[in-house]
Amino acid sequence: MSASKQIDRTGTPLVDMRDICISFGGVHAVDHVSVDLYPGEVVGLLGHNGAGKSTLIKILSGAYGKDSGDIYVNGEKVTINSPRDARAHNIETIYQTLALADNLDAASNLFLGRELVSSIGFVDDDAMEAETRKIMARLNPNFKKFKDPVSALSGGQRQSVAIARAVYFNARILIMDEPTAALGPHETQMVSELIQQLKADGIGIFLISHDIHDVMELCDRASVMKNGKLVGTVDVDDVTDDDLLGMIILGKHPSEA
Amino acid sequence: MTDTSQDTPQSAGAPTPPPAKGLMGRFLQATELDTRLLGMLGALALIWIGFHMYGALVNGFGAFLTPRNLWNLSVQTSSIGIMACGMVLVIVTRHIDLSVGSVLGFCAIVMGVTQVWFLPQLVGLEHWSIWIIAVIVGLITGTIVGAFHGYMIAYMQIPAFIVTLGGLLVWRGAAFLVARGETISPVDSTFRLLGGTPEGAVGATGSWIVGIIGVAVVVSLVFAGRKQREKHGFAQRPMWADSFIALISGAAVIGAVMLVNAYPWPRGVVRRYAEAEGITIPEGGLFISHGFAIPVLILLAVAIAMTLLMSRTRFGRYVYAIGGNPEAAALAGINTKWMTVKIFALMGFLTGLSASVASARLGSATNALGTLDELYVIAAAVIGGTSLAGGVGTIYGAILGAFVMQSLQTGMVLIGFDAAIQQVVVGSVLVLAVYLDNLYRRASK
Repeated sequence: MSASKQIDRTGTPLVDMRDICISFGGVHAVDHVSVDLYPGEVVGLLGHNGAGKSTLIKILSGAYGKDSGDIYVNGEKVTINSPRDARAHNIETIYQTLALADNLDAASNLFLGRELVSSIGFVDDDAMEAETRKIMARLNPNFKKFKDPVSALSGGQRQSVAIARAVYFNARILIMDEPTAALGPHETQMVSELIQQLKADGIGIFLISHDIHDVMELCDRASVMKNGKLVGTVDVDDVTDDDLLGMIILGKHPSEA
Repeated sequence: MTDTSQDTPQSAGAPTPPPAKGLMGRFLQATELDTRLLGMLGALALIWIGFHMYGALVNGFGAFLTPRNLWNLSVQTSSIGIMACGMVLVIVTRHIDLSVGSVLGFCAIVMGVTQVWFLPQLVGLEHWSIWIIAVIVGLITGTIVGAFHGYMIAYMQIPAFIVTLGGLLVWRGAAFLVARGETISPVDSTFRLLGGTPEGAVGATGSWIVGIIGVAVVVSLVFAGRKQREKHGFAQRPMWADSFIALISGAAVIGAVMLVNAYPWPRGVVRRYAEAEGITIPEGGLFISHGFAIPVLILLAVAIAMTLLMSRTRFGRYVYAIGGNPEAAALAGINTKWMTVKIFALMGFLTGLSASVASARLGSATNALGTLDELYVIAAAVIGGTSLAGGVGTIYGAILGAFVMQSLQTGMVLIGFDAAIQQVVVGSVLVLAVYLDNLYRRASK
């Protein structure tokens, strides 16, 4: 079922988020939560809508600033105040909304915020298109609409643009927020294969999902959140689907049962 | 990630577009011309020919398609056109600026006070530096006002509509207060050249120089594009299509030069000039061409600079990204608030520039200068295809939009429609243009 190879958790974790708190208008969206992630590992983040998993991950990707707590990347304490900071630490995010500018083409979206420029400082659209063609040939060989705005693309094509953006810039830490929510079975299978491939490259992945099946299949560990608090982190090989459900719905750790 | 159902099967590498039907379709595909651009040029041509024919048939004299009228049209469009370039950025990022007319008036008054009240006492009347200092003061004033608007919109999170609606009143009032409502004149004589009087044009030789540079740039751009495509192994446009574009654009530039050179100075100006230079006017009069008016060249320079900014720089790319999806732009690490400040500062800068042209053309500065300009500027941008929903808009479109508006007004004046009908027509055209644009967008989806 789950990944066959045992993850080595003796070294320093890729990411270690310790005691993270953030509140919005008195609501503790994330309340003293700690999670970590090792190279080549996929950690699932589970929980109901509003459990705080997306918020936690937006702190790591730089979209929100935390109220308290520390983030360590490769054992070093880092400050992440903006998406730019996160990217500087090779943290890439694939958002549930995909975060694409619909009016721009695939290459412009892929390089948004990190455009290739010519020697005189003008954006080099041709070079960016050439690079986009290269990476898309790897991720989605049927992708041909390089000149169209991404609003003209299908859901799967848009998803592949968002994934290409995260993969192209040599991510060490990848955050995937519901990567398969809008996809058909065939495309979901492709995402699964991609995750296995990235794992093999030693990339650490936080996978946010509603789908327990996905988590059981793709993840090595699962961290479950409820009402902003961490219910617990478990090795998926040690638990059943029902154990995870119990954690999500009742907030009950399987060891307490 | 594959999606085989949506794509037509094509060989990898350089994709060949599916064959289009009909001669026109094949032509458009080969040249990759923007059909919107063609549509707007067509509409403009229709307006021009329509007014000319109406004049010819009803009044017995077609006054529209004459060098004189078209030259004046180009000068009258400059002020609105310059501001429309900035308004594109504002509207593309889902904002609006209702204050540009008032800010124009305020900048004009500040420039007027600088060059008529202050500078002559410091450096002497008609000193060479007066016009330069006045223009710089105007540009700085506009930029500061715009940046202040942008700051309130981005950091204090007041909607742009409200900030600039307030600005509409505040800066018009401020313009009155600065000069206690006086009309400030006469402005510096060199400054006046910016407004496009017969002397404020570059003449026949100057226009040919501009034209030859223009042709050289057009041709080199087309062939640089071919080289670039070759380098990356992309599909080339057919040679005939590239040659056709180079030829038509070059011919348009040459045609414009010949047009402005075909409009001679009025006899009175020639007489004054001849007396001043000690030339005797030969039998049959002296033919001195206007050539391109200086404000038109300013508009041209602004258009080129802004087009480069929007299509070739990160700044321009971010403007479109913010318009398409502000949240995605922020998540991509773009400082959207600071961008808003810069966009409004740029709008203010262009308004200051436009104030120089408008005030120079009038030969004085009044606090009423630029009244209702905000509506014409917004209309020009919108007629030119800028979408109020954000994310879409071009500089050339806005300038064409400004030409459409000015052509309608000038045309109606020429054939003797009164002001009330002009308002009805211009207002209706604005609404119709947006409706047609919606139809076009829906059809092209």
